[in-house]
Amino acid sequence: MRNGHLDPIDRAIVANLQRGVPLVGRPFAELAATLETTEETVVARLSRLIETGVIGRFAPMLDAEKLGGAVSLCAMAVPAERFEEVAGILEAMPEVAHNYEREHRFNMWFVLAVERPERLPEAIAAIERATGLEVLDLPKLEEYRLELVLPV
Amino acid sequence: MSMLDPIDRRILLASQDGLPLSVAPFAELARRLGLEEREVLARLRRLREQGVVRRIAAVPNHFRLGFVANAMTVWDVDDREVSRLGRLVGALPFVSHCYRRPRRPPDWPFNLFAMIHGKDRAETEARRAEIARLLGEACRGADVLYSLRILKKTGLRLRPAEPGAENAPCSA
Repeated sequence: MRNGHLDPIDRAIVANLQRGVPLVGRPFAELAATLETTEETVVARLSRLIETGVIGRFAPMLDAEKLGGAVSLCAMAVPAERFEEVAGILEAMPEVAHNYEREHRFNMWFVLAVERPERLPEAIAAIERATGLEVLDLPKLEEYRLELVLPV
Repeated sequence: MSMLDPIDRRILLASQDGLPLSVAPFAELARRLGLEEREVLARLRRLREQGVVRRIAAVPNHFRLGFVANAMTVWDVDDREVSRLGRLVGALPFVSHCYRRPRRPPDWPFNLFAMIHGKDRAETEARRAEIARLLGEACRGADVLYSLRILKKTGLRLRPAEPGAENAPCSA
């Protein structure tokens, strides 16, 4: 796995673990059996995949709306010379769940996720105050697919 | 109206940055919290049934997996057609997320968003053309925003003191 190279077992582990593990005492046992390896090997490889950044984290995926909270996609057109500064401001805010640089006039796209819906407009106002930039707020109106599993 | 009681919250706070990397991660998590493994598992199962926990899973970095041409494609689709067409776009195998969102004229005329992923831009552009064909004349405009960099990808973060109900001042 040096230099990000993934062998077939790594790929099978990523593909499988992004779909989720069973909520049982030994959640890797079934996967290990399928791959004809040991649970210890699966855990060791998972640890390496996390260390090398192929996997961001292995954790419960929470649904903000089911928690009674709120989510919105937002965008800003950030002047190039201020890009890192503004990214740093969002990095420090716990309400910012994701942030991506995109190739467009609107070059910063982020997801706000909060446990209490009233925090959403507050967070947007705080970002506008801290950056002096206008936030385009694009909450979802309908969802046609939410499938995070990619073929690996 | 938080769905979480204080023990649920402790479990999620202790695991949201990552479960213990062990063959028995829930037993190890329970040990750290001074709980029984079966209680941790029972609570996580309940939260999953309620949909609060979608699943216990690995979050991959698309770029590191070789998906280097990740694009948010955006479309201005006739309001009368967008729900029907959105479902068709969402059903395409290479679309990972698909939503209808509000337009914000004049800056933002697009109301349908579809995330697509490819091994290179030629593949992603071919997939974008497939969506354009599917939308046909209902589509009045389109754009594409390639991902250049993941700046942050932490997901929703619970905070220790946020539940609100028990310690918020009465409707401030």
